Amino acid sequence: MAGRYRTGLRTKLRGAAVLALASSIALGACATTGTASAADDDKDAPRYAALTEDLGPFPSTYSRYPGRPTALVGATIYDGTGEMIEGGTVLFRDGEVVAIGGSDLSTDGYDVIDASGKFVTPGIIDIHSHLGDYPTPSVDAHSDGNEATSPTTPEVWAEHSVWPQDPGFTRALANGGVTALQILPGSANLMGGRAVTLKNVPARTVQGMKFPGAPYGFKMACGENPKRVYGNRGRMPSTRMGNFAVNRQTWLDAIDYANKDDADRDLAMETLSGVLAGDILVHNHCYRADEMALVMDMAKEMGYRVSTFHHAVEAYKIGDLLRENEVCSAVWADWYGFKMEAYDGILENAAFLQREGACVVIHSDDENGIQRLNQEAAKAQAAGLRVGIDISDATVISWITLNAAKAMGIDEMTGSLEPGKMADVVLWNGDPLSVYSRPERVWIDGALMYDMMDRSRRPVSDFELGQPGEGDVK
Amino acid sequence: MKRLFALAASAIALSAAPVAAQDMAITNATLVLGDGSEPIENGTIVIRGGEVVAAGADVTAPAGVPTVDAGDAWVTPGLFASVTTLGLSDVGAVSESNDISAGGAPFSAALDVAPIVNPSSQHILVSRAGGITRAATTTLPSGSIFGGHGAIIDLDGDANPIVESRAFQVVLLNEQGGRIAGGSRASAFVLLRNALYEAQALRGSTGTPQTTEIAKDDELFLSRFDAEALIPVLSGSEKLFVVADRASDIRSALALKGEFARLDMVLLGAGEGWMVADEIAAAGVPVIADALDDLPNTFEVLAATQSNVGRMMRAGVTVAISASSGTTPRNMTQAAGNLVALSKIPGAAGLSWGQAFAAISSVPASINGYGGKGGVFAPGAWGDVVIWDGDPLEVGSVPTKVYIGGVEQSLVNHQSRLRDRYLDLDESDLPKAFDW
Repeated sequence: MAGRYRTGLRTKLRGAAVLALASSIALGACATTGTASAADDDKDAPRYAALTEDLGPFPSTYSRYPGRPTALVGATIYDGTGEMIEGGTVLFRDGEVVAIGGSDLSTDGYDVIDASGKFVTPGIIDIHSHLGDYPTPSVDAHSDGNEATSPTTPEVWAEHSVWPQDPGFTRALANGGVTALQILPGSANLMGGRAVTLKNVPARTVQGMKFPGAPYGFKMACGENPKRVYGNRGRMPSTRMGNFAVNRQTWLDAIDYANKDDADRDLAMETLSGVLAGDILVHNHCYRADEMALVMDMAKEMGYRVSTFHHAVEAYKIGDLLRENEVCSAVWADWYGFKMEAYDGILENAAFLQREGACVVIHSDDENGIQRLNQEAAKAQAAGLRVGIDISDATVISWITLNAAKAMGIDEMTGSLEPGKMADVVLWNGDPLSVYSRPERVWIDGALMYDMMDRSRRPVSDFELGQPGEGDVK
Repeated sequence: MKRLFALAASAIALSAAPVAAQDMAITNATLVLGDGSEPIENGTIVIRGGEVVAAGADVTAPAGVPTVDAGDAWVTPGLFASVTTLGLSDVGAVSESNDISAGGAPFSAALDVAPIVNPSSQHILVSRAGGITRAATTTLPSGSIFGGHGAIIDLDGDANPIVESRAFQVVLLNEQGGRIAGGSRASAFVLLRNALYEAQALRGSTGTPQTTEIAKDDELFLSRFDAEALIPVLSGSEKLFVVADRASDIRSALALKGEFARLDMVLLGAGEGWMVADEIAAAGVPVIADALDDLPNTFEVLAATQSNVGRMMRAGVTVAISASSGTTPRNMTQAAGNLVALSKIPGAAGLSWGQAFAAISSVPASINGYGGKGGVFAPGAWGDVVIWDGDPLEVGSVPTKVYIGGVEQSLVNHQSRLRDRYLDLDESDLPKAFDW
């Protein structure tokens, strides 16, 4: 692998970094090991040069674990796209979904699991997690989620804070059926840094968890947090108008940078250039409806897109605007009132967004909530039904699967049970929209990573070895 | 149509003045007694004078009493939330509105929530709409290890929310207590023991208190007023809620009963309680535990598991599910339901449905001193009745009617009014501000 670092693709593809392909380019480069690159013959080439973004630094080293060809037969299937099949069959092998259909699907060559009376969904996806960055135990030494030393830190990458031994990953898998998750920087800063998408597979390194081919996210934050953190230090921003001024000036600087061919490398500007190019997806913490509307106009002014507003407790007030701007809202079912900008939180938020045809994602932002995203979705569904908004169970499951995948830019690979997609699958022992159900088995890329009935298929982090409760059912 | 509906709703809200308890019977209910038993089909409950007269399958609605046909709906006792900070803040992060901690005060154990509970707090209204009818509420330890006098409140929103003042005192004998007391659990234990000895010295004496303060530099850990406040704790007339999670902290807390025999101790938290469940049971100390904690958030809960409540119950400990098990007290029901689900997992200790419901109704009521009165349908119990639109432990179920002491309650609050306003986004005639 070392040879890759000697190859000399030294031209910056700033603003056009093909991030989704970065890791495969890197692998391709590996194949050229031992051949001198053209740049080595260039007398003007600098003696030292860092690997550039387009080559995909910190590449994913994840590859799927072995799995058996598996047929889940007789289940109620919610496929993630909003469709339901009763008494259905799901076939997967070699890490991929092969087919989904009725009882007429042939299961020849597959290990057959009788799933009658049970339910199958795609792996659950949490678009908003801080696992690894704020791991348990929640001691100061582990507090790595906010680089709260400047209101704009686009240069930091959440993956560089992820502690893969966070026991929270295992709970999210076993109790929540979570197979993929986005780890975001915190919300102290207007621009918090890059978010990373992980497979929820235990690994010794964060690279061993990185979701191959997933685009980066970029965390931004509206409202109270940035103005409080920096206002309390007597510096800008101390107001909401200060928030916008700092953001806009930073975007203007980024546009200048992205327009230059010979600018010195700047990590912050590289991230912002990636956003302007559409390669990095903006995830904007924002509670209030009026602020979301302002952010959408700022995005238009500066020429970038917002993928998703996170927390978005007032999204229900502007479901029409969110639909027109094609921005998703990642929301809780019922968090409210804990801070001023959450004062208008209501149980019907998700349902009102669905009514308007806007994109709904249920998120956790919490190491406990991530274990019950299915229940949170069910609460939001019930609140809608009480006011006459009848949202199907299969659609509600899409809130925590395909919609999250779309908002994270991984929907071509996971988020639904469709042939060719990753076999990220949860078998539930009952209706996943009921409090009485639990994940019974969880597969990631077709590999069985959790089995409720088998202790040996229960991951235990290094941290928990030799300590009270090691390997306990949690 | 929608405008008319909203107008009607707000008119009801405005006319929701306190009314006297009405005698009534509810028939044809999926009736939950709250005592740990399983639901009863086709049950009947009779309320007279604000109290339960009879409840069960073989109960007949008496003649002359207004009768409601529940139509198979679930009917349960009101939930009892313990321990909460209900009525003590409007917005947690808005310090001006938040009376939960008094870290800058020269008082700790002497703090008393009774005069400051706001019965109109949105959190009380929202919790009531979630089926909670009574709660334990308290300021939290901040400047010292003592929280102050907690109270039992009702959630009926009338002028007097206090059912019992000075009902319990919270003390921290955990990691946080160690930090507050100067940097070590050792100091927290010394502080508690000496505070109780100070209280002992003051007992029965009148006039100027004889005790001295416990202070270091500008930090006051115990004023003479605080020592006086602990006299009823020492005598057992006010409960002592000891926050302890680590197995060894729990053992040391239980040992205090040997030194101060009359302490009426309750363990709060007990995250590793399952490891010392037999000892807790032998001490006869009840527990209020978070139901769903399963992560080593601190080094004192390395062994946290959702089976904690079930394992302690199996060992004979009286265990209530803490109202702080979810993000808001009303999510107690979800926590309880999750413990029922746990029963299907090999190696886990789940609860039966009846046990789970009791753990958020009659058991916390009993632990707080209201056995037979709260969270249960038994003759003489409070007429706190909730009619639900589904299984109350199922996510998404909510009350359709709530009675407290036999009085029907409004379920209107800030959230429900926002819901009504935003049933659509139509502003073709006027802005949303006119839609109320």
